[in-house]
Amino acid sequence: MANFTVNGEDVALDVPDDTPLLWALRDDLRLTGTKFGCGIAQCGACTVMVDGMPRRSCVTPVGTLEGASVETIEGLEGPEAEAVQSAWVQIDVPQCGWCQSGQVMSAVGLLRLNRAPSDDDIDNAMAGNVCRCATYVRIRQAIHDAAATLEG
Amino acid sequence: MTAQTRRQFLASAAGLVIGVALPLRARAQSGAAAAIGDGTIAEGGFAPNAFVRVAPDNTVTVISKHIEFGQGPYTGLATLVAEEMDADWSQMRVESAPADNDLYANLAFGIQGTGGSTAMANSWMQMRQAGAAARAMLVAAAAERWGVDASAIRVSGGTLTDGTRTASFGELAEAAAGQSVPVEPAVKNRDEFTLIGTDRPKLDSRAKSDGTAQFTMDVYRDGMETVVVRRPGVIGATVASYDDTAARAVPGVVAVHRIPQGVAVYATSTAAALKGRAALEVTWDTSEAETRSSDEIFAAFREMAEGEAIEAERTGDAAAAIAGADTVHEAEFLFPFLAHAPLEPLDAVLELRDGKAEVWMGAQFPTADAGAVTQVLGLDPADVTMNVMLAGGSFGRRAQPTAHIGVEIASIAKARGGDGAWKLVWTREDDLTGAYYRPITLHRLRAGLDSEGNIVGWENRVVNQSIIAGTPFDQGGLDRTSVEGAIEMPYALPAIAVDWVKADLPVPPLWWRSVGHTHTAYATEVFLDELLERAGRDPVQGRLDLLRPEATRDRAVLERVAEMAGWTGARRRGDRALGVALHESFQTYAAQIAEVSDAGGMPRVHRVWCAVDCGTAINPNVIRAQIEGGIGYGLGAILHNALDLGPGGEVRQRNFDTYRMLRITEMPAVEVAIVDSDADPTGIGEPGTPPIGPAVANAWRVLTGTSPRRLPFAQTGV
Repeated sequence: MANFTVNGEDVALDVPDDTPLLWALRDDLRLTGTKFGCGIAQCGACTVMVDGMPRRSCVTPVGTLEGASVETIEGLEGPEAEAVQSAWVQIDVPQCGWCQSGQVMSAVGLLRLNRAPSDDDIDNAMAGNVCRCATYVRIRQAIHDAAATLEG
Repeated sequence: MTAQTRRQFLASAAGLVIGVALPLRARAQSGAAAAIGDGTIAEGGFAPNAFVRVAPDNTVTVISKHIEFGQGPYTGLATLVAEEMDADWSQMRVESAPADNDLYANLAFGIQGTGGSTAMANSWMQMRQAGAAARAMLVAAAAERWGVDASAIRVSGGTLTDGTRTASFGELAEAAAGQSVPVEPAVKNRDEFTLIGTDRPKLDSRAKSDGTAQFTMDVYRDGMETVVVRRPGVIGATVASYDDTAARAVPGVVAVHRIPQGVAVYATSTAAALKGRAALEVTWDTSEAETRSSDEIFAAFREMAEGEAIEAERTGDAAAAIAGADTVHEAEFLFPFLAHAPLEPLDAVLELRDGKAEVWMGAQFPTADAGAVTQVLGLDPADVTMNVMLAGGSFGRRAQPTAHIGVEIASIAKARGGDGAWKLVWTREDDLTGAYYRPITLHRLRAGLDSEGNIVGWENRVVNQSIIAGTPFDQGGLDRTSVEGAIEMPYALPAIAVDWVKADLPVPPLWWRSVGHTHTAYATEVFLDELLERAGRDPVQGRLDLLRPEATRDRAVLERVAEMAGWTGARRRGDRALGVALHESFQTYAAQIAEVSDAGGMPRVHRVWCAVDCGTAINPNVIRAQIEGGIGYGLGAILHNALDLGPGGEVRQRNFDTYRMLRITEMPAVEVAIVDSDADPTGIGEPGTPPIGPAVANAWRVLTGTSPRRLPFAQTGV
């Protein structure tokens, strides 16, 4: 039994401790915005925040989360989240969309730490998030746009 | 404008469903479509279609016959309808069409399906007429209500007016349902377009930025079991025997069954299913499998290249011209198997209750998958409902002439027995080792130059599998998808011989974003670039000089990209080099220039300029996005990707740790210019991909003296 919070709500999951957080979120909590892409932390589609930091939920056993605070795309809020999601829509970043929850989580994670990221900062923060449609040009632009909104 | 007596629409509380009678030219041509039915179809080929729904709440819903997996048809089709209706963009909605070849055939295929970059091209008139018919009926309803002539009604931004009174589409929806459906509604002239040709925000961006977009894997049904399948690591192997004792002992695992695709593990959760699968012990029968390595296949292809071939193109006598040439240049290019690797792996959900099945999947040929379910489960076709879901990418992978996912999910249901609901999930390992690859391919080229450096003869021999063989698209003989792009080049060469050697392997092939052009663009544009270099000619001017007089669109994109890149003839800019490539695919013309440096033995691509002519630009925003993405997709493949068969045929790359995806750190800046055109729209999902490989390889040769002969760069040892 793992006890932690998801998007501010207490959850007590009766699943084995080695269950990846990804599948607990999807199968048990029906929070399906977090996506499965590889299962080995190589693509970032499953990125969520754990205690405020981006984490790959596909390799995070729920047994390690006792007392932790998990934030998913469904519960994402705050000025950085609003700025990132608005920027994403404004320049139509998504193509297929499968990776974009993870991209948004990583982008928000970056902007919460660094409100004026350079291209290199963006590359470093986003390098773990694969976009198979290669929307990277727009991801980079949207993060700059979101940063400008936050500064504005 | 004439009216049909039979009203081809349905009025309901939900509003107005407008069916539009449209000629189905492709059906008459191909004869491939299902029988049309109840005798209401006039001689000459008319059938009712249903693409537009106007609701009392003033929303206009477009029913998309094309699947949306990022290439933009939802927005594109809605744009065509909105344009002709004079709707406001904010009132547009879109829904996926059900599986129905009669209503929703791709006019280029004769059956329902998405692929070959045809979505907008085949829908161009059909969806505009659908919108124009809706507009005409709304206008007729307003005229009737206000007692004025229809010619007095104007429509703009979703509002109708006669100058004094106004009404929204929603207010008139019910009355419009009582109007006759125009058979041949007039569409706008190009100079009347207000939406087509302008940047339009995509309808699916919001839902794809906040996690609410619903994909197949997001479907959950009551009592649903999740199923994963243990598959062979050697392609074509079958289960010899298995021991499921340990698998069944995993908490949550409810059943294990052998199915034609392998051994299926059924569980109450995905995690349990995966754990159960890992605990299975399976021995495989490889007697029918591909047990050769990729290197052994290439060696076999080299021998086959000397043997019997199918003639693909002939101009003059290339062999004689090359024999009499001043110098002869030869090259052999090797292309690996490639996996499509859509980021949402293959999946499907099937619920079976009381002899009726409902299916959810990202089906690119929905009637084929629905048909497979019907057949495997022995159901009445009317009892199978297909929900075509948003899909997390495809790049060709979900366009399955064999409907193998439909077959697999139905086999899972059948093996379990009885009613229930099942979700099939492929893992990344299943995806990469599961075949349906871009075929492994060999190109052998030979060309002769005269003493002045002119090309006097060009030979190309292509060895690969046929993607089309055995599918409904098979017409026997030459499979054009094996050589497209290697034939009918835009260059005026005096003697050409292109041949195809058909290879048969027990590895199912499939079209991969841009199909044959994935290798033909590279082989031809690198080889040509080398010939121009030998002759001391400029890669841009040399190509322009070679273009046939009628290749005006090729010429225009090449001239345009040279201008964008500030081309001066210098192939180097400091420590960077420029490489050029020109390639038409799917009747769209694309030229690219890549700016590349040498980053420790691998290319670093800093910038790419692309000029593209895809006919009328319906939505430049989507066109730019597809070029950006197409370049990234092609670049990742030529830099990193090979699906290699090792000794014994074992697939070497099993996940993204060894099958590397392009990352943001490797993505160049991309500048796109769209050539103005009044021609009908052509494809845009694929044509951005072919030129990037040769453009980078041609720049790389400036830096290092060689262009890779075997892809990807990461394996070529340059």
